[in-house]
Amino acid sequence: MKVRILVRLKPGVLDPQGRAVHHSLEGLGFNDVEDVRIGRMIEMEVADGTSDETLQKMCEQLLANMVIEDFAIEKLDGAPASVGEPA
Amino acid sequence: MGFPSNNFRAGVITFPGSNCDRDMAVALEAVSGEPAIRIWHGDADLPEGLDFIALPGGFSYGDYLRSGAMAAKSPILKAVIDAAGRGVPVLGVCNGFQVLTESGLLPGVLMRNAGQTFICRSVELKVENATSVFTRKYTTGQSIRIPVAHHDGNYFADEETLNRIEGEGRVAFRYSEKVNGSRRDIAGLLNEAGNVLGMMPHPERAIEAAAHPSLGGADGRELFESAVKALVTA
Repeated sequence: MKVRILVRLKPGVLDPQGRAVHHSLEGLGFNDVEDVRIGRMIEMEVADGTSDETLQKMCEQLLANMVIEDFAIEKLDGAPASVGEPA
Repeated sequence: MGFPSNNFRAGVITFPGSNCDRDMAVALEAVSGEPAIRIWHGDADLPEGLDFIALPGGFSYGDYLRSGAMAAKSPILKAVIDAAGRGVPVLGVCNGFQVLTESGLLPGVLMRNAGQTFICRSVELKVENATSVFTRKYTTGQSIRIPVAHHDGNYFADEETLNRIEGEGRVAFRYSEKVNGSRRDIAGLLNEAGNVLGMMPHPERAIEAAAHPSLGGADGRELFESAVKALVTA
């Protein structure tokens, strides 16, 4: 089963990298950009039947830093998608 | 002679990508007179009877994923967390500080510097807490100069956490100047029990009085002397 994890900064956490990219886009003349936030995408091949709970634990224990980041879990081959806002 | 301690057993942990481990070992030996024990990250156990554990600077595991994230999950960190729980002093410098926050031994996280650039220079710090095992040879409010060299030193925690650690007197060092965007200018932070210190500046690069001020100076020496003295008088 293919799983895609999106890790991104929580709303309100300053993203200097996003701001620098925003500034560069403006420098190129793209004046319609209102905000840029940069995150990380992780694609994993996991055993079929790996539970949502296990995927959430992977995110909470290593893939995301819960102090500043949120994550979303997306299953890529047809399995019902689960969005991984931890409880 | 003149060395203050007998049998001060300090351990320095090396991760793949650590690059300040030797500096740390040299500083510990220079102050204590005892050679530091070098420990490899893959070891599951620490040597018996350590009096001090240092997590050095560098780029552990290439800083993949997040700075310090992989090292925080390495086998030796379990042993370090246990030792910290028993009260053994643990010092994390730079990447070591990042490992301490990622492991949960210290709250918060070290984000990319606000200015996006790697910062490598000597900075002025204010000693905020001169009662800990690491800082008792300083005085509260003292200004010292210690070099920094980091890309991810921008300390972040939520307001509630910041208020709590400030209220508990756990800020050990604060930047006297704008350096990297750290919340409340926090440069060094203690755990609740006071036996774990994480700091971005490198005290191990500032132990030689003869060095030119631009090369570090000697203001970091008292930190190691504090720890050695604490052991000798304990």
